[in-house]
Amino acid sequence: MTDITAQEPRQYTPGEHPDLPPPSTAIGVIAWMREHLFSSWFNTILTVLILYFVYDVVSGVFQWAVLDATFTGSSAKDCTGGGACWPFVTNRFGQFMYGFYPEELRWRVNLGYAIAVIAMIPLFIERVRRKGWILAFLLVVYPFIAFYLFYGGSFFGLLPKGSGLEIVETARWGGLMVTLVIAVTGIVASFPLGILLALGRRSKLPAIKTFCIVFIELWRGVPLISVLFMASVMLPLFLPPGITFDKLLRALIGVSLFSSAYMAEVVRGGLQAIPKGQTEAAQALGLSYWKTMRLVILPQALKLVIPGIVSTFIGLFKDTTLVLIIGLFDLLGIVQVGLTDANWLGESVPVTGYVFAAFSFWIFCFSMSRYSMHLERKLHTGHKR
Amino acid sequence: MAADRKDGAPAKAVFWNDPKIRGYFYQAVLVAALGYFFYTIFQNTTQNLEERGIASGFSFLGSTAGFGIIQSLIEYSEESTYGDAFIVGLLNTLLVSFLGIVSATILGFIIGVARLSKNVLVSGVAAVYIEVIRNIPLLLQIFFWYFGVLRLLPAPRNSVTVLDSIFLNNRGFYTPAPVPEPGFNAVIIAFFLGIIATVFLARWARKRQEATGQQFPVFLSGLGMIIGLPIVVFLVMGMPLSWDYPVLKGFNFRGGSVIIPELASLWLALTIYTASFIGEIVRSGIQAVSHGQTEAAYALGLSPTQTLRLVVIPQALRVIIPPLTSQYLNLTKNSSLAVAIAYPDLVSVFAGTVLNQTGQAVEVISLTMLVYLIISLSISALMNWYNKKMALVER
Repeated sequence: MTDITAQEPRQYTPGEHPDLPPPSTAIGVIAWMREHLFSSWFNTILTVLILYFVYDVVSGVFQWAVLDATFTGSSAKDCTGGGACWPFVTNRFGQFMYGFYPEELRWRVNLGYAIAVIAMIPLFIERVRRKGWILAFLLVVYPFIAFYLFYGGSFFGLLPKGSGLEIVETARWGGLMVTLVIAVTGIVASFPLGILLALGRRSKLPAIKTFCIVFIELWRGVPLISVLFMASVMLPLFLPPGITFDKLLRALIGVSLFSSAYMAEVVRGGLQAIPKGQTEAAQALGLSYWKTMRLVILPQALKLVIPGIVSTFIGLFKDTTLVLIIGLFDLLGIVQVGLTDANWLGESVPVTGYVFAAFSFWIFCFSMSRYSMHLERKLHTGHKR
Repeated sequence: MAADRKDGAPAKAVFWNDPKIRGYFYQAVLVAALGYFFYTIFQNTTQNLEERGIASGFSFLGSTAGFGIIQSLIEYSEESTYGDAFIVGLLNTLLVSFLGIVSATILGFIIGVARLSKNVLVSGVAAVYIEVIRNIPLLLQIFFWYFGVLRLLPAPRNSVTVLDSIFLNNRGFYTPAPVPEPGFNAVIIAFFLGIIATVFLARWARKRQEATGQQFPVFLSGLGMIIGLPIVVFLVMGMPLSWDYPVLKGFNFRGGSVIIPELASLWLALTIYTASFIGEIVRSGIQAVSHGQTEAAYALGLSPTQTLRLVVIPQALRVIIPPLTSQYLNLTKNSSLAVAIAYPDLVSVFAGTVLNQTGQAVEVISLTMLVYLIISLSISALMNWYNKKMALVER
């Protein structure tokens, strides 16, 4: 190398440059940092400020959640570190998950979850055929199994009285279990209802069209709270005297009707995006209205609006928290109940409880949104390049 | 259709296969079912109301309410009527919705622009904000701010204070309130005069620019007129404004203006939650403007600011406004979560307290739903009008 540097700088004729690596400032980490962090004085200031901010937040959270936190104890008095009061969560974990469901019967809930999870696994495996049957099982048969496991009783009168599982009233259900029951029922009920409403809104029959428009706009124009209030105070007035509805069932009806209106608008967006030629071609082939919809239009339309459908589901999942206002104990409701316990009156307890609940909801919602992105990519069979 | 064939085939399909007749049949079934449904409901409801001895009709709106409300924009006391309580609740709903819409829009635009920043730290922080906040239920966030933060602030006696005039404690955020004195009206008139003058100036400047190409610094001179003119009048009139300072009396502060913790936590949570959605809307709106537009603007010699103001933002707004409208509607409807922390909004006051006292569920709930329907429909009508105006820019 020395003899090269010692030489006179060589003169190159144009077009005959030697292969030199680009300057070190134009490649690698330094160039990346220059472009993305320090491209101007304003950006440099921002970078420094944000680095400081991120450090502050991360170290603060770590301090609160780990260093200053209390991990063992039996009441708020043990939480003296000023950080998180984790015993509040660990001591009441069972209640957060199942509410006031009798402890010795909680296996029934777990069994219900397990059946659903095991039945769902094949749906995610590409090679499995006949997924329709599994789906049919999950949507039609499973709800009855789950209801029997959770509630007990004589299996809709089929079993002789006294036999069967012990009855657990819905008033004793709570925690994550109620959240899941409401969310899943709402999702399962609102999807077909929403599709029907969307088709109805695009129908040429004036009475059906008007009914669907009024139904959709009415539910979409009012807050869910007022719907739940209606379900809890007005519904009992609508029923013939003597017939009472379970409180949970009332909430389920309210939530399902409410979210089906939102679902209908999402599906309608997809229907509008399908060119008319598709319908005409299907009719030219002699397909009936329902066959046209089922085989040609809906598969394309629903694929287009997957992000919208999933975000409706996520919205519904988050909205289940509102049932605590009409006196049901979902996950947030049961945390809220725990906070009023005289044993757990402490400065750091509320935040600990809310952080736990927020984290639980976040996991569900975030994974749903990621799964929808994955699905969107997988089903994007159109103009893939 | 079979009926149109001329080759001697059956002239008409069987009548139950005729789509027209089928259509009539389906509609008749629907109307009959609905009619039966509403008839049964009506019968049951009247019977139930009679049995329980609940009155019907809206005459209860005139009777004395007999309960207090912690925040009210109009004169309200325990002797006021249920009708007054209704208006107080409605105004409180509108107040928190308005505050929330303004602040969520500002924060949302900042987040959306930050999300597109070339600086990976800035866009990363914005992305984390969006992904964390929008996946946590709003009610949980309201509880967090109310029970987890604001209620744990020190008692009034040990308030956090700035210069002994601004106080923060678990009863609220107290600031000195401006009290206009005689002559302050002139300042307000000057302010409106400034606005009117600016509008005329802008028109004139635009006409001149279109005719001659000369530009006029409308923004700066307008700012001078709208802000400077009132200040000059204010000083000339001898500063006709005094301040009402909050003072600790007994267990709580008196005087000044206060933001109660219920309002503050609802406002905070609504802003933070909705801003995460608005951020995503703004990001997708800006990304929807193709890069060729910016390049073409630069090629025409527009400066980066002009490009942003005249080319990118108008086109992005067209994409942003429809979903933004539905976020505004969501925020307004979400403000009804106030009932969970007892902020006296429409649902909390009317569908809560008034309903409990009168028991007239049908009237109260219908009225509440009607109000939200009207708010929703009018906001969406307003936004549709604006949307149409923006869309007209197209050829």
